[in-house]
Amino acid sequence: MATSAAIPTNAHAASSEQTGLWSWLTTVDHKRIGILYLYTALFYFLVGGLEAVLIRTQLAKPNLSVVSADFYNQLFTMHGTTMVFLVVMPLSAAFFNYLIPLQIGARDVAFPRLNAFSYWVYALGGLFITLPIFWGLAPDGGWFGYAPLSGPTYGGGFNMDFWVLGLQILGISSLAAAFNFITTIINMRAPGMTLMRMPMFTWMSFVVQFLVILAFPVITAALFFLQFDRFFGTHFFEVAAGGDPLLWQHLFWVFGHPEVYILILPAFGLVSEVLPTHSRKPLFGYNVMAYSGIMIGFLGFGVWAHHMFSVGMGPVADSIFSVATMLIGIPTGVKIFNWIATMYGGSLRFPVAMKFAIGLIAMFTIGGISGVMHSSPPSDLQQTDTYFIVAHFHYVLFGGAIMGIFAGIYHYFPKITGRFMSEKLGEWHFWLNFIGLNLTFFPMHYSGMLGMPRRIYTYDAGQGWDLFNLMSTSGTYLLLVSGLIFAYNFFSSRKNGAPAGNDPWGAPTLEWSIPSPPPEYNFAQIPEVTSRYPMWDLKAPDRTAGIAHSHADAGVIAEAHAVPVHEETERRTAKELGIPIPFPTIKPLLVALGIVVLFSGLIVLHAGNFPLAMATMLGGGAFMVGSLYAWLTSPLE
Amino acid sequence: MATATAAGAHEAHEHTHYTTTGLNHRKIAMWAFIGSECMLFGSLITTYLVYKGRSVVGPFPHQPWTDPVSGKVFPAILDIPVTSASTFVLLMSSLFMVLALAAVENKGKPGYEGLLGSSKFWLASTAAAGVIFLVFQAYEFTSFVHLGLTIKTNLFGSSFYTLTGFHGAHVAVGVLWLMTMLFIDIKRGLTPKDAINVDIMALYWHFVDVVWIAIFTLVYLIQ
Repeated sequence: MATSAAIPTNAHAASSEQTGLWSWLTTVDHKRIGILYLYTALFYFLVGGLEAVLIRTQLAKPNLSVVSADFYNQLFTMHGTTMVFLVVMPLSAAFFNYLIPLQIGARDVAFPRLNAFSYWVYALGGLFITLPIFWGLAPDGGWFGYAPLSGPTYGGGFNMDFWVLGLQILGISSLAAAFNFITTIINMRAPGMTLMRMPMFTWMSFVVQFLVILAFPVITAALFFLQFDRFFGTHFFEVAAGGDPLLWQHLFWVFGHPEVYILILPAFGLVSEVLPTHSRKPLFGYNVMAYSGIMIGFLGFGVWAHHMFSVGMGPVADSIFSVATMLIGIPTGVKIFNWIATMYGGSLRFPVAMKFAIGLIAMFTIGGISGVMHSSPPSDLQQTDTYFIVAHFHYVLFGGAIMGIFAGIYHYFPKITGRFMSEKLGEWHFWLNFIGLNLTFFPMHYSGMLGMPRRIYTYDAGQGWDLFNLMSTSGTYLLLVSGLIFAYNFFSSRKNGAPAGNDPWGAPTLEWSIPSPPPEYNFAQIPEVTSRYPMWDLKAPDRTAGIAHSHADAGVIAEAHAVPVHEETERRTAKELGIPIPFPTIKPLLVALGIVVLFSGLIVLHAGNFPLAMATMLGGGAFMVGSLYAWLTSPLE
Repeated sequence: MATATAAGAHEAHEHTHYTTTGLNHRKIAMWAFIGSECMLFGSLITTYLVYKGRSVVGPFPHQPWTDPVSGKVFPAILDIPVTSASTFVLLMSSLFMVLALAAVENKGKPGYEGLLGSSKFWLASTAAAGVIFLVFQAYEFTSFVHLGLTIKTNLFGSSFYTLTGFHGAHVAVGVLWLMTMLFIDIKRGLTPKDAINVDIMALYWHFVDVVWIAIFTLVYLIQ
């Protein structure tokens, strides 16, 4: 294949593209922004992982005091907050950035500079919420920030200030990115790329962006209420003034439950790319896979109160949310069966990416089943706030989202870097990860059923929890080792991995028709798409010959597959090809900086320095508006 | 491309870009943004309604309240006639916005001469109506504070000022946007090619108006 030719052309390309710190600070290229997201999120994965290691060390045996109780609260709060907002969402965003334009045959996202802005808001917001832990000031009220514990009366320190403001900042990043990707997917598909020909990862990403734009404003409103309570003396969650803590819970979970699908659907999309490729067989039930994703997104807004069965909403509300929660198991189950059916009868290969994808199916199913258990209020009342819940959501988020993302990383690493990750180290990573996660989280089902509550600092011996906790803690150390193997593999393979050509896996979709790593313009010639599997039409037509790609295609299947996509092997500069490339610019970073300074002013206000607070907020605000005007008045390309 | 002037390159780009739907990118993004804003205002309005009648102390929106400690009587806070006037002004601004867009789209065509066919006049009128609305709101807030209602007083104060304050902030952003557009119009003159920019701004402005109709009905008119 093109493998032998790939090395010299890649070397040439590397020399012609910009390098250096400044080029990364000013980049507006969706691929480089994707890489920034990937590295930053992997860094926070280490941070969140170390927080977990400390938590588990504290819980290894009864009555330990490895960390203080106060610091323990900060650890579990930041572990959750970090993993949700700084790891899984941005890892998904890394793939949105890198893959969506490539999969739909576009040269960039709709708003390249807004894309850079999203990244910088995330990066700076991440620092804002993470750094305080070094001063013992990290958020300590849980990742759900239940009022009134997070309010001024019971959480008067600076800790929850960082949480409220940090989440507000991170929300801006997610929202800006979602508007961008919605527009990109609706409006930048190559000719012939109908919605029902989009790769499944793009489909799931599309659903996720709608969840983001509809769910995040709700938490934004709730955070404003909490922020006003904390800084301006309002009474939204002050019980003495008639404020209702349940309002917080409702608003939080109206956001929080769709958020769960925001975390898992991108991973579902990734394995929906990995499984067909390595089964060498089209995705089973493509249409149903797309519809079930939409159904999950839709139902995801109607199940939030199953997080609140124990507050006493009454039988009617309990029943409605219980039934809705059981219903959402159906489209999710459909996906599981379709993945299995995709593999059935396929010509299977088992590289590490495939192992992780199959791992997701198995592990997510376990988490899914315990999830359906929680949908029944009487059963949930026994389990709520116990380690059983912790077991459940780690099976869906670690066993599901993280395994799916690892599958995606191993699968797409050759596209991103032009080199393979080591399969041998990958095997070690997979098996240690697989054993470690089951050893960590499976015993939590038992400790939870035996009544061990979540979020407790320590426990007495003799309650039947000791062995299970020790098992969980040992598993966590295995996970740490597997994570370090992954990190070593990831960084060493960038330079030393075996070279990969355009299409190392024989995959069906457009991103594999261009060189690895892709040139900055992606496609020298925008492809004309005639089917769901353009690269298989070209290389393995027998796999796709009988597939209709929409109702309109049914009569003209042969014709639809007759015009395969053109594979690009040549690598030239954008200038030679006359393709306009957006100018690099620092302005999105400056606007992001202005926003973070603006929010920091409220911390100063809490510290009691009114003049400095006003100066910080006005200065940050003016800097933000000024940079924004400079950005909007400068041309894109 | 690199040799062309920046502005020239920008324009060339606008005309040659292929989009799947044929619609402008920013217009689609604005619709998505409006969808998102519906959830934000939905949450704010819901919170106001959930907390309606649950303040443990007055003053209240629609009925007078006597402080049991001091014996002081506080009148009902909301002044519907005054807010009706400002609502009328804001609704008129949507009409001006439509006329401004029409004037930009049809610049130079017959029937669009003189003051009433001038995009500058209608943009300025829209912005002015927005400013008048904001002045009304400033007056309203000040008078409510004098009547004894601050954001700290009770749940009504907290949820009322937050909801209407957020709406006012949206109007203020819209006014800033309108004034920027007016500035561009004065500086170089908007042409039918710029209509898409005015169109997107108009979408935002009409949305902010529609939200006010909901707020005015649910907060002021329904007792």
